[in-house]
Amino acid sequence: MESYKIEQHKFDVIVVGAGGAGLRATFGLAEKGLKVACVTKVFPTRSHTVAAQGGIAAALGNMGEDDWRFHFYDTVKGGDWLGDQDAIEYMCREAIPSIYELDHYGVPFSRTGEGRIYQRPFGGMTTHYGKGTAQRTCAAADRTGHAMLHTLYQQALAHDASFFVEYFAIDLIFDDEGSCRGVLALDMSEGGLHLFRAQAVVLATGGYGRAYFSATSAHTCTGDGGGMVLRAGLALQDLEFVQFHPTGIYGAGCLITEGVRGEGGYLTNADGERFMERYAPSAKDLASRDVVSRAITIEIREGRGVGEHKDHAFLNLMHLGPEVIHERLPGIAESARIFAGVDVTREPIPILPTVHYNMGGIPTNYHGEVVQKKGNDVDAVVPGLFAIGEAACVSVHGGNRLGSNSLLDLVVFGRAVANRCAELIKPGMTQRDLPSHALDKALERFDGLRHADGELPTAKIRLDMQRIMQSDAAVFRTGGTLKEGCARIDAAHASFKDVHVSDRSLVWNSDLIETLELANLLDQAVGTMYSAEQRTESRGAHAREDFPERDDALWMQHTLVKVDEQGTPSFDYRPVHMFTLTDEVEVVPPKKRVY
Amino acid sequence: MAEFSLPKNSRVRQGRHFPALDAKKPRTFRVYRWNPDDAQSNPRIDSYEVDLTGCGPMVLDALLKIKNEIDPTLTLRRSCREGICGSCAMNIDGTNTLACICAIDKIATGDVKIYPLPHMPVVKDLVPDLTHFYAQFASIKPWLRTQSTAPDTERLQSPEDRKKLDGLYECILCACCSTSCPSYWWNGDRYLGPAILLQAYRWIVDSRDEDTGARLDDLEDPFKLYRCHTIMNCARTCPKGLNPARAIAEIKKLMMARRF
Repeated sequence: MESYKIEQHKFDVIVVGAGGAGLRATFGLAEKGLKVACVTKVFPTRSHTVAAQGGIAAALGNMGEDDWRFHFYDTVKGGDWLGDQDAIEYMCREAIPSIYELDHYGVPFSRTGEGRIYQRPFGGMTTHYGKGTAQRTCAAADRTGHAMLHTLYQQALAHDASFFVEYFAIDLIFDDEGSCRGVLALDMSEGGLHLFRAQAVVLATGGYGRAYFSATSAHTCTGDGGGMVLRAGLALQDLEFVQFHPTGIYGAGCLITEGVRGEGGYLTNADGERFMERYAPSAKDLASRDVVSRAITIEIREGRGVGEHKDHAFLNLMHLGPEVIHERLPGIAESARIFAGVDVTREPIPILPTVHYNMGGIPTNYHGEVVQKKGNDVDAVVPGLFAIGEAACVSVHGGNRLGSNSLLDLVVFGRAVANRCAELIKPGMTQRDLPSHALDKALERFDGLRHADGELPTAKIRLDMQRIMQSDAAVFRTGGTLKEGCARIDAAHASFKDVHVSDRSLVWNSDLIETLELANLLDQAVGTMYSAEQRTESRGAHAREDFPERDDALWMQHTLVKVDEQGTPSFDYRPVHMFTLTDEVEVVPPKKRVY
Repeated sequence: MAEFSLPKNSRVRQGRHFPALDAKKPRTFRVYRWNPDDAQSNPRIDSYEVDLTGCGPMVLDALLKIKNEIDPTLTLRRSCREGICGSCAMNIDGTNTLACICAIDKIATGDVKIYPLPHMPVVKDLVPDLTHFYAQFASIKPWLRTQSTAPDTERLQSPEDRKKLDGLYECILCACCSTSCPSYWWNGDRYLGPAILLQAYRWIVDSRDEDTGARLDDLEDPFKLYRCHTIMNCARTCPKGLNPARAIAEIKKLMMARRF
């Protein structure tokens, strides 16, 4: 093995990732007087939060009656009773101050006539526990994520935080007692290795959408945090719950916000029928995403798809008129023109359910502390390790996330982590020396991949994996294809031993970075496929054709999956938190989920 | 005496050629390559024939097809692939734009020529060093600055005042405009350039901001602001259809207005 010179840095806290959650945590920690560094593989405003469109939920009640308890109920039901209700209570209540805070930072929200933040209806968001339609989703036109991410980065600039931009996190570093003590990272532009030592590491690394062939996710959504956690021998949670967004642009896969339906847009099939009325008689086009995606898939499967191959559906917004479109949906009008060649004021947009969001991820409590099952302790905290945002599974989204709860999750738990660290960590506290072998495994793995000289290019293995996930872990799943999928993903995982890296340079070696990313994706792809295979029920986004009903007696529990170096998964389970934090709101007991 | 010859190793040479055998719909992409590991060698233009059957419609699709199937060492930034993150800004067919929303068939016939953003230090291939650009962004203190106590709810803003931010807040910091500006090429060390000035104006016109005077004071400088000579390349090249030159003109008007 090559001997590498490693530059050392010491901080109180290291945040990995600079999307919405990572940035909110970074300046929150700085505000608390902790010495913080944010390590990110892309410049902060390139992070995928930038692509969120429709908005961020909070029961402000600016556009009609609302209550955070309604929001709580909707989120529990949207997640099909797999969400932890204490964490959901925390998120929905903290939503309101979190949004006002965003306004005070300068997010350019759209406005009502009274000058308040504009709010639009969104899927699954109701008033009075399912009776009315809530206008709860705070929006900056249809560029809310962009507006938020830029504002959060600007806030970070206003605080005393260090940024290490275009540094790729390779592995977490633990001591022999199992505490996380830092992260090893590669400076992409110079090629040097850096060891960031800290009292705590916060993973804000996003989802792993790119495990699939067609995803709204950016190329950089490769679940690097989840990959590092699995390699550390820890479990991820609920990976089988992968959200398909009903309206990705057919072909290109780019996102068209649910806000289109919130503003009055609707779906049609080949007969021009508004088919959602049949599937969700009361919520119709604003049913939750899993319901709408399944409806579209059934329409296509039963021969009522549109287009030459009858393989997609239409999203109509012509009737909204150019003025509404220009004011509230300018971004998707531009995307539809560029990627589908469609003038949305005249024609419908061709759409298809597309992989969008990972409900599963690194298990945490509502403080953002990573938890594992240890003996009888089902909520055992891993010292020094935190996770937030899409990388985490708090779990506030349960089996299916409601639209506009994701941007919310980012700021609420980004903030929560900063508060928690301030309680636990003293600024500048002495850090014990690391054991001499702490870096060995990480360095050996890195060196192996840097010189990888097999037969298969990274792109080939990645494409294999993506096709397998696309076909065998889709909107609908059955035992047979899942079993087959497990065997096929095993083979793809095993083929990684034969990977070939062509670029031998250390300067901006994107071939090497993509290979490190692929390793992260592969482990999570295996975890996802096997988790889906073993969950013999249908819940939220996980729809088994051979087990069409939800089975609360057996399966109202979180799946915990570990994936070892050989790619072999092993399972365990944690109970769902069926309790709340305060008596301000009551636990919602499971019942049949109808929209 | 001024030196009129190019510095050593700056001449761009002809590089390798990668032919596509049996291509049904070939198109040649001529791509700028430079690797700092060979600091003594010149940049080169590699040409790749790409079969456009089975390739997505955008230039980014072609570049990734090259990277995935022909030459994994080709280096570029990319992320969202839908024109919102600003990573894949580069010079395509003579114009700065985002590769992900630049349709191949909209480029006139002939080879597609691809270079990094002009007049920036090159890190490798199509990856420019944007450190100075980002530092200039930070220098304008681009966050809401207030003296009054924040209310318990949102700071109110009328729809009319909010409208003033349209055409400004959409900037994605891709640097296409600044790196297309001859004045920025010449004085980029001190002139803030169109992107950063557009961002500065975004805060000046935000009705919630209470530091307009200091913001204008900071820009009152022969270089930071007044090197804009209304060349208008910025407005012409912006892949998001924004008009930084107009924002700069508005700042200049405010500068004038406060003298009287």
